[in-house]
Amino acid sequence: MKKAAYSFPEEVLEHVFSFIVSDKDRSSISLVCKSWYEIERWCRRKVFVGNCYAVSPPILIKRFPELRSVTLKGKPHFADFNLVPEGWGGFACPWIRAMAGAYPWLEEIRLKRMVVSDESLEIIAKSFRNFKVLVLSSCEGFTTEGLAAIAANCRNLRELDLRESEVEDLSGRWLSDFPDSYTSLESLNISCLGNEVNLLALERLVSRCPNLKTLRLNRAVPLDRLPNLLRGAPQLAELGTGAYTSEMRPDVFSNLAEAFAGCKQLKTLSGFWDVLPSYLPAVYPICSQLISLNLSYATVQSPDLIKLVSLCEKLQKLWVLDYIEDDGLEVLAASCKDLRELRVFPSDPFGLEPNVALTEQGLVSVSEGCPKLQSVLYFCRQMSNAALNTIARNRPNLTRFRLCIIEPRSPDYLTLQPLDDGFGAIVEHCKDLRRLSLSGLLTDRVFEYIGTYGKKLEMLSVAFAGDSDLGLHHVLSGCDNLRKLEIRDCPFGDKALLANAAKLETMRSLWMSSCSVSFGACKVLGQKMPRLNVEVMDESGPPDSRPESSPVEKLYVYRTVAGPRLDMPGFVWTMDDDSALRIS
Amino acid sequence: MATSASAYENDIKNLKATELTLGLPGTHLQENIPIIDQEKSSASSSSNKRPLQLPHEETSPAQDCGSKCSNIAKNTDDDAAPPPSKAKIVGWPPIRSYRKNSLQEQSEAAGGIYVKVSMDGAPYLRKIDLKIYGGYPQLLKSLENMFKLTIGEYSEKEGYKGSDYAPTYEDKDGDWMLVGDVPWDMFVTSCKRLRIMKGSEARGLGCAV
Repeated sequence: MKKAAYSFPEEVLEHVFSFIVSDKDRSSISLVCKSWYEIERWCRRKVFVGNCYAVSPPILIKRFPELRSVTLKGKPHFADFNLVPEGWGGFACPWIRAMAGAYPWLEEIRLKRMVVSDESLEIIAKSFRNFKVLVLSSCEGFTTEGLAAIAANCRNLRELDLRESEVEDLSGRWLSDFPDSYTSLESLNISCLGNEVNLLALERLVSRCPNLKTLRLNRAVPLDRLPNLLRGAPQLAELGTGAYTSEMRPDVFSNLAEAFAGCKQLKTLSGFWDVLPSYLPAVYPICSQLISLNLSYATVQSPDLIKLVSLCEKLQKLWVLDYIEDDGLEVLAASCKDLRELRVFPSDPFGLEPNVALTEQGLVSVSEGCPKLQSVLYFCRQMSNAALNTIARNRPNLTRFRLCIIEPRSPDYLTLQPLDDGFGAIVEHCKDLRRLSLSGLLTDRVFEYIGTYGKKLEMLSVAFAGDSDLGLHHVLSGCDNLRKLEIRDCPFGDKALLANAAKLETMRSLWMSSCSVSFGACKVLGQKMPRLNVEVMDESGPPDSRPESSPVEKLYVYRTVAGPRLDMPGFVWTMDDDSALRIS
Repeated sequence: MATSASAYENDIKNLKATELTLGLPGTHLQENIPIIDQEKSSASSSSNKRPLQLPHEETSPAQDCGSKCSNIAKNTDDDAAPPPSKAKIVGWPPIRSYRKNSLQEQSEAAGGIYVKVSMDGAPYLRKIDLKIYGGYPQLLKSLENMFKLTIGEYSEKEGYKGSDYAPTYEDKDGDWMLVGDVPWDMFVTSCKRLRIMKGSEARGLGCAV
């Protein structure tokens, strides 16, 4: 057995490792023995950091000296709903600076929920000769000036994707900064930009890049410019339109329809702001080839949606507003047997009364008719245990189930009972469920079900639910694979948290806001668990100016090997051994 | 075990007093349930018998808290209508701001004229943009589609004779008029909301001209 590991030359091992791409597997390889750890870390090309504060740039760079692709995530998920105050953190700059020095051959940077400055973009533009992919998902802090730097300098750029980011749109001129000699663009997503881009520059860019497969325009691109763009890129596979409205003119319509028909590879459509229903038929010729359709901005009524959807027999993914109504979902269930993912968004989320005929029945229909349905996000105004039970039994293959009953603490509308049993059925029958979001009236019992059956559950979102710490305890003690837990406005407190402190080290993060966790308990947790960062957020002032038993506003706990972070704003306090010193 | 449980319970009770929650009333856990929510929850369980009640809130959808709160304050000054004042919860429903903004922008874009449409006996309100219709025929067709009924054609003398339904609207002066009585452009600028009447009330309207 001696030196069996060395009987394989390193190069051979490296070659074998190159076929292992999943992060989990690479991590496993690195744990086999010291020499495998060494070989693996030198040939690792791609790294995913789920929480940018779980590790630091120097630690990353020291372990993996030859990366080509880095993905970082910053703010907690609830930042999407304005629960994380401005200035909280997630700054990309220190990472980008460090990588600029360490990885001259870096090709891909993907950031999610991070604060990215123009300066960072300029550093990226100037530091990486072979830079190919920039994805900024739900990021903020930069302007079109930063984009201009990328356009002007990244000669090998393949992908520029700004999905759902908040960009200060100073001028549409930046697009012209792509040199005329630049032809390698494959994917461009500018759908989040508020202002007009230089349309001529866009048309020229699109037509000179033969490998352009994904083009997602912003709302400001008028419909009458779309045909030209499409004709310049007949190989497009994914298109996001701009505003889908224009004066209704037959020549504009036929031009558009013809241009769509010419895109034989088009499989994904999105955009559709300001839809004028009479223009929808222009896409009918390609509906039969669509696998993904995002109509979540299209404020059109059910009949128009039904006509469109019923033609999309190959559809796998549909995002739509609740204008589709139960009738439309029934048609969907009958027409789209390959459907894997459905998201139904509310058209009038703050209205006090329903404005559309969309109920739990729509979801039940889809669960009955679509055997491959795995992923659901559904906003509605009423739900019943019976419906949830039916859905669970129809679709045990669900992996993601997010239900939002708009009125908090809504009971089963038929029985006026809590929805514990319904969600219980979901976790019991859907054995591969990885992600679950709860809503409606729920007691501790639903958490007992989740703890008992949710063995594969990785992410759980809870709001306005539960009766006591027992609820939280069930989840933390029962869900073996839990990675992310986010809770708001629930009566969960100290007991469950402290009793399950060790569990928190096996998870990526825990978020609790407007709950009953006391400042004292946070301190205890921070002191007990040195490998956790226990961060308390309170915008009303230092937590130690109130009694220890006072509940904290927001609590964010995450495991880390980098120690407490040093970039916290004034309203964030970290609880650790030194917390007494830090606060005073 | 018992003593620690009761001590624990006391702790929980104390904590509840300081609980920072913006949760809405509506369950047995909360003490003050305003009348409107009780009405709402009993009405929704027998949806077909819902009385026609148009809340006096603003017609445009999603607005951010500041303007919404001030609108709510205005509305509570209206008598008759139950106050729709509902504390807006931060981050609920969980929708990204760009989505909310987009829905709102689209409703305001190109000066859309949004009015609520209700139908006697139907539990659902609709909102339509009068701007997108070229005239009465398109509007009526759209209403027929939306509510799955036949309204038929308008005649000056007889209104919507032969139909069980009559589309009516409330104009700027608060008067209820039959849809079609005035020229289209005048209608678009004066219509505040629509109501599709049913039955004898509807049949009576046409002849009153």
